[in-house]
Amino acid sequence: MSLKWEAGPFKNPLARARGLGNGHDALHHWIAQRISSIALIPLTLWAIWSVVSLSTMTYEGFQAWIGQLPNAVLLGLFVLSSFHHAALGLQVVIEDYIHCQFSRVASMVALRLGVFALAAVAIFSILKLAL
Amino acid sequence: MTAPSPSGSAPRARPLSPHLQVWRWTITMAASILHRATGIALSVGLLALTWWLAAAAMGQPHYDTFLDAVRSDIGQWMLFGWLLAMYLHIATGLRHLVMDAGGWLTIKESDRAITLLTLAALAATAATWAYLKGWM
Repeated sequence: MSLKWEAGPFKNPLARARGLGNGHDALHHWIAQRISSIALIPLTLWAIWSVVSLSTMTYEGFQAWIGQLPNAVLLGLFVLSSFHHAALGLQVVIEDYIHCQFSRVASMVALRLGVFALAAVAIFSILKLAL
Repeated sequence: MTAPSPSGSAPRARPLSPHLQVWRWTITMAASILHRATGIALSVGLLALTWWLAAAAMGQPHYDTFLDAVRSDIGQWMLFGWLLAMYLHIATGLRHLVMDAGGWLTIKESDRAITLLTLAALAATAATWAYLKGWM
């Protein structure tokens, strides 16, 4: 089956000849990485400030802190944006350095599964503590 | 579908682009590598973040174990490293956002911006650490 971009100007002749080329997901990746980075600038500064103020707090103090809605919401946003941004960044590292097709795909799958699992643990922990 | 190589056997080895050992070090190159290195380090730091939240959700004994780990010497070094990596990654990341918008593209501007941003990140780390430790 011939796809319309095969004849388009955005694929170079060598890539067309070899049947290789982009997966047409790069622009979305690029934009998602930038948007998450913009969100993470204030969230990270808030997270650093929170770590500093929590460092002397007892367990009860921490429970009271996370029981306040703004803290729980901001922490949830920080977790989600951090894991999203890390997954996007580590994907590029894998693409740059792992050339064996099998290892590359295996690493990508492991990365996605690992990130989703950790993010789920973090979010459910926040919910359990906050509700 | 892959086009068959001229010889009909395995594809011949393509020339590789020169890598780190070939280039003279420049400030922009160091900043780029620093951005990636701190990014990878911070990804590992997400494990600690998850541990912290999971430990808190599992109850006080687990939370105390986590706090003991953080308050140990190694834990304090890792916390310091997390702060440093975070500030540096924000600094070098800001540079990338400015460059994406078309700024700081000359060597002179870029070198000056990197120097100032790195110094700001180091100062922020020192100030945060001093405050955290109760030195000020």
